Amino acid sequence: MIHTAGIDVGSTYTKAVVLSEDDRIVGRGLVNTGFKLAEAGGRALAKALEQAGLAQDDLAYVASTGYGRFQVPFRNVNATDLTAAAHGTRFFFPKTLTVLDVGGQTMKASRLDGAGKVKSFRLNDKCAAGTGAFLEKTARYMGFTTEEIGPLVATSKEVVPISGVCAVFAESEVINCLSQGYAPADIMHGAIVSLVDRSVQLMKRVQVEPEVTLIGGILRFETMAGVVREKLKMAVNVPEGDLVQYTSALGAALLARQRFYRVGEQDVPAELTLAA
Amino acid sequence: MAYAAGVDVGSTQTKAIILDENRQIVSRALIDTGANVVLAAENAYAEALKNGDIREEEVQYVVGTGYGRYKVTFGDTQITEISCHGRGSVHMFPGTRTVVDMGGQDTKAIRVNAKGEILDFCMNDKCAAGTGRFLGAAAAALEIPLVELGPTALRADKPVKISTTCTVFAESEVISWLGKGKKIEDILLGVHQSIVSRSMGLMRRVGIENEVTFTGGVALNVGVVEVLNEALGFRVNVGAESHYMGALGAALFAMDRILSRRVPAGAARAEDLS
Repeated sequence: MIHTAGIDVGSTYTKAVVLSEDDRIVGRGLVNTGFKLAEAGGRALAKALEQAGLAQDDLAYVASTGYGRFQVPFRNVNATDLTAAAHGTRFFFPKTLTVLDVGGQTMKASRLDGAGKVKSFRLNDKCAAGTGAFLEKTARYMGFTTEEIGPLVATSKEVVPISGVCAVFAESEVINCLSQGYAPADIMHGAIVSLVDRSVQLMKRVQVEPEVTLIGGILRFETMAGVVREKLKMAVNVPEGDLVQYTSALGAALLARQRFYRVGEQDVPAELTLAA
Repeated sequence: MAYAAGVDVGSTQTKAIILDENRQIVSRALIDTGANVVLAAENAYAEALKNGDIREEEVQYVVGTGYGRYKVTFGDTQITEISCHGRGSVHMFPGTRTVVDMGGQDTKAIRVNAKGEILDFCMNDKCAAGTGRFLGAAAAALEIPLVELGPTALRADKPVKISTTCTVFAESEVISWLGKGKKIEDILLGVHQSIVSRSMGLMRRVGIENEVTFTGGVALNVGVVEVLNEALGFRVNVGAESHYMGALGAALFAMDRILSRRVPAGAARAEDLS
């Protein structure tokens, strides 16, 4: 049995997936990225291998992706975030044409063609307002951890409008809302709505076409997908449970396998980019 | 003796100034704004009264300014911080034609005439990049007190180029530079250069005219002052009042109101002559 691995070194978390030849995810690992990017990939992969009951030598091919993809010393190949996300997304939902990936420090919208290749994309990478960091900060200003966001918002009864132009300005806004007596759950709900507003704008710029699939760690909060559905007025796919966070790592593992079978062929590109 | 007060409720700190009839500063106070903005305004004002040993009824006019100016519930009126920084700056440094105000959450560039009236201004209103908070984020990431930021940065020899715009991302960038073995001094100088380059951008939009007066809490940071001097090619005006400039301007406007309500001593005779 051939196994490949994909490692997604994100700004906040590093995810690893071990994939078997028959399309089963046999191991997953997640660690905080921290600032030693080179180590993060190894730690996440070790976790995934342990779950799979495999050793690193059992892996036929390893692909890295994410912003730290060049810092994974044992990679055989690296793929851009968008390519990995496209492959992972199509694995779960083969009819996907629009992908929204909300990570800790970036938000990416991309449009795929019928074959799953990335046709166009837009990023929000200069500003934390449209990213997971915005929600994390908002939660932290109110004394909640990231993990508590989901359960907290589930209790929300109404939406407090949060302007969401800047993750730093959100602090004064949140404090004002709290002092006016609004419930933290409703403020958090407002923060999610403002984040979704930004993501919908980004998706509109690549021209939304169904099916739409949402991925990235933030989508663990179920409210988020609900609000996107409402704003887009269309159905959206979300990979089940924690898998949503591993979509790009899975995409990298799929690309690793594809690449493994092509080893020996001529003109194999050094990096699997948009055209791969 | 009549007194006038200005209370500047900023996003991070609240400042109060009390002036006498000669427009001399007789008292000042500075406190953290915190979550209760109304209370912050009251406390800063109370502290200024106490520091100057002045009774509240001796203060005939109070002007509120800053982002929380409408929370100065005891104020007689409110004036924008832009007008107040312009007025305060020209009062302290009469040659001022450009004011750069760097606060906890915003940075403003203001062009003024010789009377301290506003000709043009622009500010960062959508993003905390290039504000005091950017320095605060770096200080938190490096775990050094705010007051040591400037002096530490000035010991750098090879500044690191900070590439992130967003204050939130700056924190991770600072940590990643540390991880790559860069010296704290060099990272910090990079952070200072980054916020100065953003404020230079704002100043260019209103037009830079010498003299430039630097106001707001960030003016206390010698590192920003030095980097700003270098970027401009001449020295900015900075003084003990820089941090209080908004409150000072507010107090000056308050004193104008007090004095304009009085009938000048020679007014009756002047009318006779006409």
